[in-house]
Amino acid sequence: MTPKLLKELFYRMLRIRMIEEKIADLYPEQEMRCPVHLCIGQEAVAVGVCANLSRADYVFSGHRSHGHYLAKGGDFKAMLAELYGKKTGCSEGKGGSMHLVDLSAGFLGATPVVGSTIPIAVGAALGTMLRGERRVTAVFFGEAAVEEGVFHESINFAVLKKLPVIFICENNFFSVYSPLSVRQPERREIFKLARGYGAPGFQADGNDLFEVCGLAESAVRRAQQGGGPTFLEFKTYRWREHCGPNYDNDLGYRTEAEFQSWKKRCPVEKLKKHLVKEGIFNIRDTEGMSEKIQKEIEEAIAFARKSPFPEKSLLMENIYA
Amino acid sequence: MSRELKFFQAVNEATDQSMARDKAVYTMGLGVPDPKGIFGTTLGLQDKYGSDRVMDMPASENGMTGVVIGSALVGMRPIMTHQRIDFALLSIEQIVNQAAKWHYMFGGKRSVPLVIRMLIGRGWGQGPQHSQSLQAWFAHVPGLKVVMPVTPYDAKGLLISSIEDNNPVIFIEHRWLYNITGPVPEKFYRVPLGKAKVVRKGTDLTIVATSYMVLEAFRAAEILAGSGIHAEIIDIRTLKPLDDSLILDSVRKTGRLIVADTGWKSFGVGAEIIARVAEEALADLKSPPVRVALPDCPTPTSPELSRYYYPRAINIVAVVRQMLGMPKKKIVSGIKDISLDIPGDWFKGPF
Repeated sequence: MTPKLLKELFYRMLRIRMIEEKIADLYPEQEMRCPVHLCIGQEAVAVGVCANLSRADYVFSGHRSHGHYLAKGGDFKAMLAELYGKKTGCSEGKGGSMHLVDLSAGFLGATPVVGSTIPIAVGAALGTMLRGERRVTAVFFGEAAVEEGVFHESINFAVLKKLPVIFICENNFFSVYSPLSVRQPERREIFKLARGYGAPGFQADGNDLFEVCGLAESAVRRAQQGGGPTFLEFKTYRWREHCGPNYDNDLGYRTEAEFQSWKKRCPVEKLKKHLVKEGIFNIRDTEGMSEKIQKEIEEAIAFARKSPFPEKSLLMENIYA
Repeated sequence: MSRELKFFQAVNEATDQSMARDKAVYTMGLGVPDPKGIFGTTLGLQDKYGSDRVMDMPASENGMTGVVIGSALVGMRPIMTHQRIDFALLSIEQIVNQAAKWHYMFGGKRSVPLVIRMLIGRGWGQGPQHSQSLQAWFAHVPGLKVVMPVTPYDAKGLLISSIEDNNPVIFIEHRWLYNITGPVPEKFYRVPLGKAKVVRKGTDLTIVATSYMVLEAFRAAEILAGSGIHAEIIDIRTLKPLDDSLILDSVRKTGRLIVADTGWKSFGVGAEIIARVAEEALADLKSPPVRVALPDCPTPTSPELSRYYYPRAINIVAVVRQMLGMPKKKIVSGIKDISLDIPGDWFKGPF
């Protein structure tokens, strides 16, 4: 990767981090009246995968989708306005945080029922293949999604038809408060499930941008060359509560020590240290980036706040196309 | 004389002509290209359009419903087929949470042009899990359309309209209608969704019926005509969106309403239609409206129990006589008893 690209990818990660932190700060004002699932701590997966996709490629996601939407190039103002329930939101206020979409960025949609966008992404890949288009479709989901039957149905079909789709599993070890140990057998690696279906499956550190980029690049190439689907498992960690702006280590479902150990492996800090060490940029560069992002965030907040709510007549609009 | 086709041939022709006109149309379902071709409705299509557009599929109803939804989002127009509506229950998550809501929940950015054909039926020991009539479930969900054709003419025209519609359409076909014959033009034509039809004019009462129950209503009307009672029959054709105005106009004229549905009585089609009539035209009713529907128990398999389970013309006649204050009498349907659990003498089982 060129220094220029690395700087750009760091910028994207920092931007997602700062946006998510700002949402957490503002959330207690109760103006964003919808559930939010923040991806703080998981930024490298979103940025690393999307860095290998073009705008024409398609992405789907689940409930924790802010990072994926932003990394794919989704309009930030439209996202924030959506969280505020405004008409200018990406879904005109009808979706909220869990239903982001930006067609011009190839972000075809995120929906929060666990695993449910996996077959839809596979179907989009089938559609592009039937239409003779050369696009890749990627779908992000958490490790609990592989507990859903629909995941198994989807990967079986994707392998059967050699579809240009990439399954991206962000393994953050918890489904809400339920740890992996009560949901999946010990010592059975998730990425190996994919191999059982005949798809290449790989695992890497989801907090390491280079590892994410490396696997994503080869998966995209495989899809483009007609090699079919790839399954990528990235181990990572959500810092905040499952849903909402707070930290919740006090609840006791995970230990403070575990959280701290992951915090030490912060994906944004890790990349920053690397880039400074390699002389690609200095701390002042990052300050400049922060200022620029801060300005963008302030503008988006102002936009979202002053945007109108959808009018009553829109309630019964768009039920049918 | 106009050409006649059977219902199943009309479904086949609608699919064929739609695929010929639009490359985006493709069809998928368990057994779609097999030697029986979904009771003939998909026979010959794979030879004509290839295995990319006429696909069999893994036994993964939920996953494959997601797949057809995803393909619809990127420009395809899929037709998915289930040989029994009961199998489609495996895909209820994708139908209800995803297909039905996609257009609305993303502010109208994309829609899901998708037809899901589901077969229903009665008799021949179909039993608890091969015989349900769940149209009311689907009609309950905003964003879905629900179509239930009766005649071969409507089967073709409504299927073509469903394929051309930009929304998810649940297209429910009754196996007992598959062998009925009727005029079907060879040309490509549409029957608009959302329009019910008066299929028999009458003055004394209105029978609103769905799917196969329209035929039973006809038989009932014939019997009643012998007693000088003239029933008006409305074939609903599209359950959702429901054509209220046609029903209300008829009820305002006759003052009496029976709803005959293939599904269960409670919380069903009859309940909804009677509620709408009560809200809009209660003062026009001369007697309480009545639902003719399945009793609230799972479908029994034994042919003997089936006799008491499936409503038939004689049940409708009995309801009408009571509604009009006529004396009770033994009603003879003119149909042999053997036909009670099969659609006709041509049928030798199994489904």
